[in-house]
Amino acid sequence: MRLTNRYKVVSDKKMTFAEKLYLPAIATGLGITIRHFFKQKVTISYPEVKREYAPVFRGRHVLKRDENGAERCTACGLCALACPAEAITMLAAERKRGEEQLYREEKYAEKYEINMLRCIFCGLCEEACPKEAIFLTDTHVTAEFHRDDFIYGKKQLVEPVDNRIDVSKRGKPSGRL
Amino acid sequence: MLPYIVFKLILVLVILGLTLLIATYSTYAERKIAAFMQDRLGPDRAGKFGLLQPIADAVKFFTKEDFIPAGADRVLFTLAPAIAMSTALMASVVIPFGNSLILNGMEFPLQVANLNIGVLYISGVVSIGVYGIMLGGWASNNKYSLLGSIRAASQMISYEIGMGIAMVAIIMMSGSMSLHDIVQQQAGPIWKWNIFVQPLGFIIFCTCAFAECNRTPFDLPECEQELVGGYHTEYSSMKLGLFLFAEYVNMFVSSALMSAMYFGGYNIPWIEHLNLPHNVETALGSAFFFIKIFFFIAFFMFIRWTIPRFRYDQLMHLGWRILMPLAIVNMLLTGIILLLIQ
Repeated sequence: MRLTNRYKVVSDKKMTFAEKLYLPAIATGLGITIRHFFKQKVTISYPEVKREYAPVFRGRHVLKRDENGAERCTACGLCALACPAEAITMLAAERKRGEEQLYREEKYAEKYEINMLRCIFCGLCEEACPKEAIFLTDTHVTAEFHRDDFIYGKKQLVEPVDNRIDVSKRGKPSGRL
Repeated sequence: MLPYIVFKLILVLVILGLTLLIATYSTYAERKIAAFMQDRLGPDRAGKFGLLQPIADAVKFFTKEDFIPAGADRVLFTLAPAIAMSTALMASVVIPFGNSLILNGMEFPLQVANLNIGVLYISGVVSIGVYGIMLGGWASNNKYSLLGSIRAASQMISYEIGMGIAMVAIIMMSGSMSLHDIVQQQAGPIWKWNIFVQPLGFIIFCTCAFAECNRTPFDLPECEQELVGGYHTEYSSMKLGLFLFAEYVNMFVSSALMSAMYFGGYNIPWIEHLNLPHNVETALGSAFFFIKIFFFIAFFMFIRWTIPRFRYDQLMHLGWRILMPLAIVNMLLTGIILLLIQ
């Protein structure tokens, strides 16, 4: 099987006089380098020009709120079960009277932590979630100085009420709908 | 006499400044050309198009720790980069950068010293330059440095012979060792340029010049894959900077030499038919000379990013068994033809 059509048979035959002269080969080489000199450059000048992510890019997670601003997560633990990297831990608690505005269901996650150093951003938590509560966004997990800081709690994960995060931007790969 | 001395002093300063400036921006050009050939952009952060990059590099070199390894010969270790740099600069003394300026009826040649043994002086100074590399490698007390400097020394000696004999052919034709005379004899139509009379000589000279400058494909004294950094493995800070800088000054001098000896120097073909004033003609000629120099510097860089390095035995084979016999044949042919013409 031939992988490319640029293969070359290697042999140790005697070089011809033109080959021994080296100069024609040097001229050919110069031709190649000069052609590349004027070619379109592939560099992206990063801070000024940003490269578009793939539509299916999976970045850091967000815990969504519903249209009234109540947290959707009901701490069923399916995401933690689905997680192949075992990055998710949570602690469930019962909703008290008067907290209906805060939590959508009668049970909620009192503690919800994702270890971003364990997470492999596969998106299985998102698939497992029956309440459409967890989504992977197109933003990054930023660098930290300490390992502890990579364990994101509800403070980092739950979306702010006044600054909703749009998760519809992320396209779904075909065949998964 | 006094205006003459003042003029010479100014000329020395201008040429020194120009040499350093061109060498500085050669480092920038090298990085840019390398990048462009590899489909990259190269340095473009410091200033517009990265034009301030050499200044940033210089600041970095000066602020880095100046380290002398234990067991190194402190005097020689410090002396070596100075030798490399100063000999590289000394060679530009005899290069005729232009014809002459006539001011107030006095003629000022645009050449610092019109030595009657200019060509000999250049090959002498260039071979002193290898002492910088040799001493640097030896004084470092490091086997890689020593290997690099031994390579440099033997390479210089081998290629100086071919280069010298190629220059002899030029000297035979011009009958003078003064670079000024050699350039003057190439005035007039373009076919008076030595490249058309001595094409083989030029190829030999050019190859040897690459070897003398330690440029790819002959950069064995500093080849990274085998010798870490070669003779400058142990060097840091501005001492390293001087070594690297000396290479670029050498490149500038060899480019100037090639354009002076084979490409008519400051002569513009057929310019005498325009009947321009003498000073204007000189200025145009100098500009033309620098264009040629830039062309050759660019050529040096294009070659560097095109051809891989020779193996050491191939290098010696090329120097002793191909270039030297070719140079002798070229010299003999020149002699025979000169005799027949007379």
